[in-house]
Order: sequence, then structure tokens, then C-alpha cells
Amino acid sequence: MSGGAFMAVLRRDVLLALRRKSEVLTAVFFFVVVAALFPLGIGPELNTLRLVAPGVLWVGALLSSMLALQRLFEADYRDGTLEQMALSPTPLAWLVSAKLLAHWLVSGVPLVLLAPVLGLQFDLSTDALTTLTLALLLGTPVLSLIGGIGAALTLGVRGGGVLLSLLVLPLFIPVLVFGAGAVEAQASGLGAQAHFSILMAMLLPAAFFSPLACAAALRIALE
Amino acid sequence: MLRVSHLSCSRGNKPLFANVSFALQAGQALHLEGDNGVGKTSLLRIVCGLSSADAGEVCWDDQPIQKNATAFRSSLFYLGHGLSLKEELTALENLMSDAAVSGRALSETQALVALARMGLRGREHLPLRVMSQGQKRRTALARLLASRAPLWVLDEPFVALDVKAVDGLRGLLAEHVANGGMVLFTSHQPVTLASAKGLEVAVQTYRLRGVA
Repeated sequence: MSGGAFMAVLRRDVLLALRRKSEVLTAVFFFVVVAALFPLGIGPELNTLRLVAPGVLWVGALLSSMLALQRLFEADYRDGTLEQMALSPTPLAWLVSAKLLAHWLVSGVPLVLLAPVLGLQFDLSTDALTTLTLALLLGTPVLSLIGGIGAALTLGVRGGGVLLSLLVLPLFIPVLVFGAGAVEAQASGLGAQAHFSILMAMLLPAAFFSPLACAAALRIALE
Repeated sequence: MLRVSHLSCSRGNKPLFANVSFALQAGQALHLEGDNGVGKTSLLRIVCGLSSADAGEVCWDDQPIQKNATAFRSSLFYLGHGLSLKEELTALENLMSDAAVSGRALSETQALVALARMGLRGREHLPLRVMSQGQKRRTALARLLASRAPLWVLDEPFVALDVKAVDGLRGLLAEHVANGGMVLFTSHQPVTLASAKGLEVAVQTYRLRGVA
């Protein structure tokens, strides 16, 4: 039964995102534009472009995932859906993990899929593109998970958007450092194995603890 | 059975109500009255376990609701001011996803029947955003038909409904009470629960008074 509730929340959130296309597309388009503007601003110096590519793409992904983050619980909070979720016999943390998964599918996966294409503008090698995509695949769920805690904590707070950025962006730093570092390590011949391991080591505890933290914060917001 | 004993609640530094006690047995309906701002919604939210009271406790089957939260939540149906409906989804989709989230088994046929009974036949596949306020409320109330929870807690269920829908809802509540259910609701109008089939059940009233 609780599996059914999980799937129901997941399906509803993905369906809503598909019907409110503009919200999803805004974040994706933002990512594309940021990644496309940098090569134009920096100029055609290929060595420089290769050097800045991982950082630029990661910062772009990070900021674009912030865009969708504010609305993660906002609509459910306003229309009472969150109350119903809190009153469900299924644990709230379990339902929240469905919401976080849906958020990643809608806002994280498109970035992962677009990254190799955008990376071409920076003259990244196939090897570097693969590493970048894998690093984003491991890193973007962490952004959704940690961001979810921030979104839950700032729910219903006036000026929550700014507060959310202040709260969450510093916590994204390790993901940024190791995510962007993976490409560099691969290029220098060290291999990105260690970076992937560290990203994975961030992902697993985040996947376990973040829904619990979100659920606790949401219950406070509902009071 | 639901028992509320010596509840008090305050918002900020301002006390709302104090020492509220009542009990609701199987087959009873309780109408919660009170002026605007006296704390009816706050009381209902405390009864559901969404907010906590300053003092007092809410018991379900002689156990505090926090103690056996899962059992209490599966026996509870709550309809608040937020209708928990998604504007982008159709009435049917709303009903189906809500039932799944609340852990209620609901087939598509049952959902269609429930919507038809609330007078929404032919509008099952319309997105909520194009519906009127009253139709939205009817969609939300169609959930009652799909609910097997014994305890219904309804915050202003009669708002924005036309005369026919009000009668339908009164009948629905009367049937639920007659079948051994419990209904706790707020309303600013006097309410009698009677169905078109001539079934009539008594409604107790509790008047909530604010702390002066």
C-alpha cells in the first residue's frame, strides 16, 4: 500500500510538471543559455574553454536547479495537498522522497542529458564529456536532496527565495568541487574514480536522511 | 471513538480557546459553532494532529492520537480550507491520486460513480482550472464517497455549494452517521442532516467560545 502511495505522488508530480511545461522549460533554458553565453564571452581560445567548461556547466546546473527548488513544496502547501500527505497513513518522509525523486527526474535529468551537447561548445573530448555526464548524474540528485531540506525549511517564510539560496548554496559547494574536479582529474590522467566515489558517498546518506529532515521541517511548517 | 479533553490553544501571545472537551461516539454528528476567528479551524487541525495544542489531549479509541498515529490516520478523513486539488489535473485524476496518497483503494469505476453522484457527470475529464468554485468543492467532496474512514472532519463543507449540492451533502453525511460513522464539522448555518430517502439523524452542537 505504501508503495502505491509513493508511486501516486511520483506520478502526480511528474504529470503536473509535464502540464506546467513553462516551469520546467525555464530552468532547462536557463542552463542552456548560461552554458551558451560563456564561450561567446570568453572567446575562441580553446585551451581556456576546455579549462573552464566543467566549472561553468556545474555552476549552471547548480543555479538552474535552484530555480525549480523554491516551488518544490510551495504549491502543495498552498492548496492543502501537503496537509493530506501529512495525514496519510504512509509516513510523510516516504511521500517526500517520491516528491524529491520527481523533482530530480524533472529538473535534474534534463541537465544530465543536455550536458554532453553543451560540452561540445567548450571543445571537451569524448572522455571528458563522459566524465562530466557521469559526475552530473551522481551530483544532481544530491542537489535535489539537499535543496529539498532548504525548501522545506523556508516554506511559508516571506522572502523565502533569498533565504533558500543563502541556506542551500553553501551546502552545494562540496558537490560543485568534486563534480567539476572529476573532469579535471580525468583530463590530467589521475582518473575520476575517487571523485565519483566521493560523490556517491554524498548521495547515499543524503538519499537516506534528506526525506526525514524534509518531513520534520514540513510538519513544523504545517503547524 | 473520539475524545477531546481540556484542549487549549493560543496563537502567538493571544489565547484562542481553553478547556475544550467533547466526545464523539460511533453514529454521532457534531456541529462545531463559533464566531469568526474563535479558533474553529485551529481546533479541527489539532483534532487531526496537524497542530499541537498548548494543553489537553485528543484520544482515538482511548489512546492519544500521537501514540498510534498510523491507525488514527487511516480512520480519519479531513477536508480543510485547502481542497488539495491540482488545477492542472482532471477531476478524475485528482480523485485517483488523492485516494492513492491517502492509502484508500479506489477503482476508476468507483471514482466515476462518485463524481457522477456529486453531479459532475460529463466533467470527469475537465481540468480543475476550468471549473467553477462550486464544482471544485464538489470534486473535493466526491472523495467522501470513496472514503471508508469512520471519522470525517470537515471544515466548512457547505461553503460555495448550490442548494442541490447542499442537500446531497446533507444526505451523504446522514447516511455516514446512520452507518455508524462520525462527523465533526463546522458551519455558520444551522444544519440538519437528512437524506432524500427520509433518513434523518440528530446533530449535536458544541459552541466554541473564545477566551476573553
